[in-house]
Amino acid sequence: MELFTNQVLAGIATGAIYACMALAVVMIYQAIDHLNFAQGEMAMFSTFIAWQLIQWGVPYWIAFVLTLGISFAGGIIIERSLFKPLANAPILTHVAGFIALFAIINSVAGLTWDFTIKQFPSPFGSRPFLGSQLISTHQAGMIGVTVVLLILLYIFFRFTRIGLAMRAAASLPESARLVGINVGWMIALGWGMASAIGAIAGMLIAPIVFLEPNMMGGVLLYGFASAVLGGLTSPFGAVIGGFLVGVFENLVGTYIPGVGNELKLPIALALIVTVLVVKPNGLFGRAVVQRV
Amino acid sequence: MTALQETVTEAPAVSVPSKKSMTVSLGASLIMLVLMLLIPLFVKNFVIFQLTMLLVYAIAIIALNLLTGGSGQFSLGQSAFYALGAYTSAILMEHAGINYVLTLPVSGLVCFIFGFLFGLPALRLSGVYLALATFALATAMPQMLKLGVFEHWTGGVQGLVITKPDAPFGLPMSQDMWLYYFTLAVGLLIYIASVNLLNSRSGRAMMAIRDNQIAASALGVNLSLYKTLAFGISAAFTGIAGALGAIVVQFVAPDGYTITLAIAIFLGMVVGGVGWLPGSLAGAAFIVFVPNIAESISKGLSGAVFGVLLIIIIFVVPHGARQVAYTAEALFKKLVGSKS
Repeated sequence: MELFTNQVLAGIATGAIYACMALAVVMIYQAIDHLNFAQGEMAMFSTFIAWQLIQWGVPYWIAFVLTLGISFAGGIIIERSLFKPLANAPILTHVAGFIALFAIINSVAGLTWDFTIKQFPSPFGSRPFLGSQLISTHQAGMIGVTVVLLILLYIFFRFTRIGLAMRAAASLPESARLVGINVGWMIALGWGMASAIGAIAGMLIAPIVFLEPNMMGGVLLYGFASAVLGGLTSPFGAVIGGFLVGVFENLVGTYIPGVGNELKLPIALALIVTVLVVKPNGLFGRAVVQRV
Repeated sequence: MTALQETVTEAPAVSVPSKKSMTVSLGASLIMLVLMLLIPLFVKNFVIFQLTMLLVYAIAIIALNLLTGGSGQFSLGQSAFYALGAYTSAILMEHAGINYVLTLPVSGLVCFIFGFLFGLPALRLSGVYLALATFALATAMPQMLKLGVFEHWTGGVQGLVITKPDAPFGLPMSQDMWLYYFTLAVGLLIYIASVNLLNSRSGRAMMAIRDNQIAASALGVNLSLYKTLAFGISAAFTGIAGALGAIVVQFVAPDGYTITLAIAIFLGMVVGGVGWLPGSLAGAAFIVFVPNIAESISKGLSGAVFGVLLIIIIFVVPHGARQVAYTAEALFKKLVGSKS
C-alpha cells in the first residue's frame, strides 16, 4: 500500500509538469488552432536562460521571474515575426514552421550551451517532505507551484477584462473583432503566456531530468498526451489530463511487469492514439461540429 | 498573369498538379536518367555513397509525397517505418542469412502491414491530430527498438552490423558503385509505380479525398479504404527505402532513426514541392548535402541551418522546387517566344 501511495504521489508531481506543458500547448491551440511542436524546445531554451542567470550569480527566485519575463517576450516575438504572417497559410505550412522553430531552437541551444548534461538547482531541495518518506520537497514544490499557477490563470481568465477579451478572441474571433478586441494582439499574448508557462514546466522538471537540449522531447509528448486526454479546447481539461497521465504512467510502470522505464514513451503514444480513437474531443473538450 | 503562374501562386500548399505537371516531361526525365547512370563513373567512392543515400532519401520522400500530396494526410512519423524496414532487412540478413535483394520485398510487406494497421486508428484523425499521432510514433520508435525483449534480434543499443554485398555475376565494379545502380533501379521502379498509382483510379480517389473528403464520400469513394491504403503504401515504400539505407550504411542502430530523420524527410518533401514527385530528388539532395555544408562551417549548426532555410522556403517559395521549375519553364518559354 505504501508503494501505491508513493507512486500516486510521485505521479501527481510529474503530472504537474505535464499539466504545465499541456496548458502551454492548449493556450496556443486555442489561439491559432495548431499544435506547437516547438513548445518543448521553447521551454528547454527558457530553462537554459534561467540556468545561465543562476550561473551569473542571480538568486534563484529573481532568475525565475526574469526568465518568465524573457520567455513571455520571446513568445510574443516568435508569434509576431513568424506565425502572424502565416495566419492564413495551409496547415502544412504551419507544421513546417513549427518544425523549423524546433530545429533552430534545439540547434542554437546546443551551440550556445553544448550537449553535455548540466545540473539544475531546485529551490525546494530534495529532502523528504515534512519528514514523510512518501514525497520529496521538490515534488511537493512542483505540485505547489502548479496549483498556484492554475489559481492565478483562473483568476486572470475569469475576472480580468483582458482575460475575458482573450477568451472571446479564442472562441469567436470575428465577433470579438466586431466589439473592438484586437484579436491579433490577443493571439500574441496567448503565445507569450504559453511560452512563460512552458518555462515554468522546464524549470520545475530540470532538477529531475537534468538540463540538456533534448530534455523536453519526452515531456512534450506527455504534454500532448495530457492535452489530448483532457481535450485540446479546454485548459481545465489539460490540467486534469496532466495529473491523470502522470499517475497512469507511474502506476503502469510499477505494476505491469516488463514495462519499467523502457516503455514509458510508447505508453504516451498508445495513450494518445487510444484517446484520439475512442474520444477525439478528450474528456472535457467540446465537440466541433463542422458545416459542410 | 498566365494560367500557369496562377496555379503556382494561388493554389494551396497541398495543391493539385494536373496530370502532366505531376511529372517532368519525358525528355527532361531521360536526360536526368542518363546523367544519373553516368555520374558514378567519374566520381570517388565516397561521393557515390552520398549519391546512393540521396536516392534512398528520395524514395522515402516519394513515399511521403504519395501520402501527403496524394491523399492529403500528414505524417511526421516516417522515420518509424524507415526504421522498421531497416531492421527487418538487417535481421533477415544477419540472423537468417537471406539475400539482401529478397529482404526488400519482405521489408515492404512488413511495413505495409504496420502502416495499414496504424492507418486504421489514424482514419479518425485529421490534420493536426494525425501529425500529433505520427509525431508520437516517431518519438517512441527508438525506445521500442532498444527494448530488452527484442535485444537478441535487434542488438539493443549496439545495433547490428551488416555485411556489404558484392556486385553479382562477377561484374567489374566496386561495392559502392553496384549499390548505387541497385538503388537507382529500385528507385526508378518505385517512381514509376507511384506515378502510375496517382494516375490510376485509386490515385484519383485519393486525390478526391485530399481535395474534399465529404464530396468524395458523397461520390461513393470508400474513404477508409483509400486512406488506410495510402498509409500502407507510403509505409511500404518508406520501409524499402529504410532497408536500402541499412544495406548502404551497413549498420542499424536505434539512434539513427530519431525524430530528426522524420523531420528531414518532411523537410525534403516541402523543399521538393508537395505533390510533385520529381521534386523528391531535389528535396533529397537538400537533406543530404545541406547538413554537410552546415557542419563544415560549425559542428551542430545543421539544425539551425535546416530551420532557417525551411522558414525561408515557406515564405519565399512555398511550393518548393516545383515552383522554381515552373518559373524557370515559364521564363524559358518567354525567352524562346520573344526570339521567334
